[in-house]
Amino acid sequence: MAYFCGIDIGASAAKLVLIDSQRQLLAKATRRSGVDYAQTAQRCLDEALHAARLNQSQICGAVSTGYGRDNVPWATGKMTEIACHGRGAHHFFPQAITVLDIGAQDCKVIHLDASGARTGFKMNRKCAAGTGAFLEEIAYRLDLAPAELNGLAERSTKEAPLGSFCTVFAATEILEKIRAGIAVEDIIKGAFRSVVKRLLEMDVVTGTLVMTGGVAAHNPALVRLVEDAFGRQVLVPPEPQFVGAFGAALFAAEMAEKTQKGATSC
Amino acid sequence: MSTANVERKDFAASKKLRDVMGQYFAELERGPAEGKKTAWCTSVGPAELLRAMGFNVYFPENHGAMLGASRMATDLIPLANARGFSPDICSYLTSDIGSYLKGASPLQKMKLSGPPKADVLVYNTNQCRDVKDWFQFYAREWNIPCLGVHTPRGTDAPDRDLIDFVSRQIKDLVEPLEKVAGCKFDPDRLREVIDLSRQTTMLWKAVLEAAAAVPSPITFFDGTIQMGPAVVMRGMPEAVDYYKLLVAELQERVANRVAAVEGERLRIYWEGMPVWGKLSPLSNLFMELRTCVVASTYCNSWIFEALDPADPFRSMAQAYSSIFICRGEEEKEAYIERMARLYKINGILYHDAKTCPNNSNNRYGLPQRLQQKLGLPYLVINGDLNDLRMYSEEQTRTNIEAFVEQLLQG
Repeated sequence: MAYFCGIDIGASAAKLVLIDSQRQLLAKATRRSGVDYAQTAQRCLDEALHAARLNQSQICGAVSTGYGRDNVPWATGKMTEIACHGRGAHHFFPQAITVLDIGAQDCKVIHLDASGARTGFKMNRKCAAGTGAFLEEIAYRLDLAPAELNGLAERSTKEAPLGSFCTVFAATEILEKIRAGIAVEDIIKGAFRSVVKRLLEMDVVTGTLVMTGGVAAHNPALVRLVEDAFGRQVLVPPEPQFVGAFGAALFAAEMAEKTQKGATSC
Repeated sequence: MSTANVERKDFAASKKLRDVMGQYFAELERGPAEGKKTAWCTSVGPAELLRAMGFNVYFPENHGAMLGASRMATDLIPLANARGFSPDICSYLTSDIGSYLKGASPLQKMKLSGPPKADVLVYNTNQCRDVKDWFQFYAREWNIPCLGVHTPRGTDAPDRDLIDFVSRQIKDLVEPLEKVAGCKFDPDRLREVIDLSRQTTMLWKAVLEAAAAVPSPITFFDGTIQMGPAVVMRGMPEAVDYYKLLVAELQERVANRVAAVEGERLRIYWEGMPVWGKLSPLSNLFMELRTCVVASTYCNSWIFEALDPADPFRSMAQAYSSIFICRGEEEKEAYIERMARLYKINGILYHDAKTCPNNSNNRYGLPQRLQQKLGLPYLVINGDLNDLRMYSEEQTRTNIEAFVEQLLQG
């Protein structure tokens, strides 16, 4: 059996998956990206290899993606996260789709046709609005752990809208709302809505909507707001935070198979 | 994605380019000692008239580009911001005024004292209002005349009324310029200068159109360097001589199928300003991706085919009112469509320059309309001509690599 690896080193977290030649997920690992991407990549790989009871020599191909894609010494190829999130999402939903990926530092709208070919994409501008960093900043201002945000938003009864799309000004607005005695859960829901508004203005959405990335993975309340804003159902693949890494692993498998090696073993 | 590391292929003519540009700046420096007056002119201003009246002509936008390319701009812009010039307005303006305030210029690295002090400032608002505001700053500083031409913008092709209006304004410059120059206007000299300017512009056109060859012998990034004489020396015989040399070298490259980007597999059109402080990394990135940025609206903007020695004032008005930047959206669309066909383009990159709305043509739905019409994919990158605070290296790289991945899907 041949095995492949995909690793997505993002601005905040590194995600790694191992798959076999049948495209089955064998193991995954995640860590903070940190400052030494090569070391983080190796630690993720060691952890996943251990879980899958494999050794590194059995990996027939590895594709790196994300901001740290150039810093994975053992990668046999690299692709952008736009390609990998698209490829991963299309694997789970093989039809014409628009992928909304919200990462820590950027958000992306990726259009794929029924065959999986990309027809266009947009990334956010040089601004943290609409990204995971925005929500992290809001959590920090409210002295909350990011993991608490979804539960609070779920309990909101009256959303408190945020007018500004600047992360810094939105944080100032939040301070005003706290002073005005507005409930924290309503502020959180307003912050979620702010993220969704940024997505809405990025591009026109066509086809089925798929969400990937850590924000979708941890915040089902935000996914529902996306459904509300776009007026259509949102599909979320299993392990949405790992879809980029999974797409990278799929590319690794395809590349190895194209070179006629690794189809069955390395 | 497969990438390649390739060296940029410099032109043999480039040594001559350095000499020619060096002489131009040295002449500006010597001007006052030799009794010559200096006129500052906007890059698409009535340079021929100024040269015909004996002025040494200096172009602050060229200095703005040098401030950007030398990456001095980002440190100088805040000095102008503090004087009330917003970070949201033209960063050529703010970096140049910052340079003046600090007394620091890339010209000093060429053993020159810096930009020459002007005796008169002459603008044309065909590009934007900022050029006038920019020149008025110096008019106040030095108490010198600031003259100009106000060109209607955003119209369709210039009609007779518009040309009448603009040519009358250019003629009206003569009298005040005579006072500064201390000599009478000579119409024959103007015809000579316009003839030289037209020769320069047609040779510059030939330089750029060499990129229609597959593979292209020249890139947009080469063009931003090679355009120097077409901008600052039009109307001078040295510019004509230089471009004859460069055209010959390009013809030789085309004949021998010498590719500016080794293994060229994609051809991109660049719409918008260069990111001056990132020319080299962007050029290298595209070379690694074996993708040639073959053409641009920006470099094309110094092609003035309408110049005609037989009708100096009207032809200047026609030439300077026909430039892309002051045309309406429909004409812009038609123009890019022609360029896409001429240069066999696979995709269009739009640079949305934060401080230059007039050169950021992605802001009114043009990329989407052209994609629908031509089926050409597009990419928008956010940045700026000079203010690197507006530019994200990593986001730009990811966007460009992802765009190339998309185009290579076939």
